[in-house]
This record gives sequence, C-alpha cells and structure tokens, in this order.
Amino acid sequence: MKFGLFGFLFGMWILILVGGGIVVTILGPISVSGFGEFDLFIGSIIKAVVAIILVVIWILILSKLKNLIFKKEIKS
Amino acid sequence: MIELILPAVASCIIAFFVVFLMTPPLIKFLGKRNLAVKDVNKKEDVMVVRPGGPSIIVGIIASEIVLYAFLQLNEILAIIITTSAAFVIGYIDDRKVMGGWFKPVALAFAAIPIIALGAYDSNLAFPLFGTVQIPVLYLALIVFMIPITGNTINSIDVLNGVASGFMVIASFSLSICLFIVQNYEIAIVSLPLGFVSLAFYKYHKVPSKIFPGDSGALTFGAMYGTIAIVGGVEILAAIVLLPAVINSFLFLSSVKRIVEHRQVKGKPVEHTDDFLLKATDDKTAPVTLVRLILAGGPLSEKQVGFTIFKLAIFSGILAIITAFMMTGVSL
Repeated sequence: MKFGLFGFLFGMWILILVGGGIVVTILGPISVSGFGEFDLFIGSIIKAVVAIILVVIWILILSKLKNLIFKKEIKS
Repeated sequence: MIELILPAVASCIIAFFVVFLMTPPLIKFLGKRNLAVKDVNKKEDVMVVRPGGPSIIVGIIASEIVLYAFLQLNEILAIIITTSAAFVIGYIDDRKVMGGWFKPVALAFAAIPIIALGAYDSNLAFPLFGTVQIPVLYLALIVFMIPITGNTINSIDVLNGVASGFMVIASFSLSICLFIVQNYEIAIVSLPLGFVSLAFYKYHKVPSKIFPGDSGALTFGAMYGTIAIVGGVEILAAIVLLPAVINSFLFLSSVKRIVEHRQVKGKPVEHTDDFLLKATDDKTAPVTLVRLILAGGPLSEKQVGFTIFKLAIFSGILAIITAFMMTGVSL
C-alpha cells in the first residue's frame, strides 16, 4: 500500500511535467489579432478554455491512475 | 546575498520563539475558557484546546514585519495581509460552524491584496519547457490558489501533529526550491513559515496539547500559497503539496461535491480494541489518504503521521529535482 502511494505521487509528478510541456507548447503560442483592444481579452478567454480542458483531461487521467493503483483498497 | 543573512536570521529566530513562547500561555488561556474538543483518537477522554491560530499568526506577522523593515518588498505586505485575512476567516469558522462554501469563497477574496499590490509575475514557469505568458488567466489562478492551498492544508489536519509537521517539511522544501531558482529574497521571506510550523509542532505532535483549528490551518495554507505566487514557483509548490493534494483529490472524487468533513456521515477510519487506527468497510465513507495508508492494516496515530511525513519528504525531493530542471535544462 505504502509503495502504491509513492507510485501514485510519482505518477502525479510525471503528469505535471508532461502537462507543463503541453501547456507551454499549446497555450504559449496562442495569440489573437484583428480585434483591436480586445485581442488580449479574447486570447485569454481561448487560453482559459484550453486550460480548463487540459485540467479536466489531467483529472480524468489521474482518476484512472488512482483506480489502477488502489483498485483493491477502494473496492474494500 | 550577504546583506540578506541578518534579516533572515533575525526573522527566523523571531518566528520560532514568538510561537514557542506564546503557545503555552495560549493553551492555559483557552483551557480556562473551556475552548477544548475531545481528541477522538485517544482511548481516554482527552480534551485538547483549540484554536492555536492566534500564536501562529502573531509569529508570522512579527517575523514578516522584521523582514519588511529590512527589505521593503510589496511581496511581504501581500503575505502579511493575505495570511492575516485567512486567519480571520479560519477564526470565524472556529467560533461558528460555517457552510462548506464559506471558506473557499472568503479565501478567494483574501487573495485580492496580492493582485492589488502587484506582487506577482504572470509568467507561469514550467520545468524543462520554459514559461508561458497568461496575463489575464493568471489573475484567476491567484484567486483560485489561496482557497486551494488553505483548504488542502486544512484537510490534512486530521491527526495529532500532521498539519504542522507536514508544513515544516513542505515550507522548508519550498524555501530550498526558491534558493535553487535563485529567488533569494522570497526564499528568505518564506523561511519564517517553516520556523513557525516547527515551533507549533512542539505542542501539536502526539499527544497534542493544542490543535491549530481552522484559523491555524488556513493561516499555514494561505501563507504557503501566497509565497508560491509572489515567488513565481507555483508548479514547484504544487509538487511539494502533492500528498495533501492526493487527500483532497481522493476525498472529492469519492464524495463528488464540496462539503465540510464534519458533514460526511460515513467514517473512513475507526479504532481497534487497543485503539489503533484501522480503515472501515463503510461504503458511504470517503476515501482519504489516511484510509489508504491504513488499508495495509491497523497503525497507531503516530505511525500514520510518520507515513504522511515520509510522503511529504518524497514530494519535497521531487520538487527539488524539478527546481534543478527549471534552472539548468530547457528543451
């Protein structure tokens, strides 16, 4: 069990590193032009939506990982 | 760097000794006013006073004022104001039981001084890949971060010494990370949190003489979150906090709504005849970090606490490795 928790922690760490890479490569380059003073605002909304989608995906993967590692404990 | 040594040493000494010396009279004061709760993990009817938040916040404010006298940084003001606001929110919850949404919403407002003082950098730094600029989105991150760190620390305050002991490990790990990324001023500003936690742990460890209460736990969590923001080490702070994040994640994913622990009917943990802790078979009980630790068999309160500390040390090491990745390597 204790090893399972350390494994889960390590898995979360890897997910953060990979997630960071995705955020920098996907969110970073997003920029909007042609809306004048609203460019920054619209760009931020798009970034927020993408970020929320990424967080939801991160949580779903984490749930799968949790079920995989703690299958026996959660069922009991 | 050399000129920072004196304020660092002075603030750490003040942080430690204010809490160390102020907590015993606070215990007596709270005891006289009968502000005590039953320690449910003890065989005998042991009453423990609460909240310990007042000595924690005085230690933090005193040490940070000393640092402000030397450094005059807006970041220090942001830490003092946001942490004090979190203390007040926690103290209200200590005295009067509030609804599940009170603390997250109130803590979101407590984050506003960070924005008002401009004590942040909207570049979010990630290991290996560099930074991403999210000027507007970052404001939302600040508002979310303080409730998350505050409630995360509050959620692991379930056994004697765990919240304060965990904060000792987490805050010193974060300070080391700040030194590694060469943010020396904020590293020094962060040190008092570790020393305040260490001094409080002396009275909070098994068997507890005082509980931090919501005022103490939210003060710890809010200060930690504010340091993460003003130091620009949000990702590293999240990694250090992973064991507590796991606890909140497991709890929320099993309960599926934001709710106070005391509102949950099923008990995740019960006692054996010799008063060791063991995981229950209650299907309605939430899955928590302690319940998972106990899935391997009954353990004493102290053993569970030390297992959580080992997890915290492991996360701290991962965060330090990540800090080195941020300084040395970029893909």
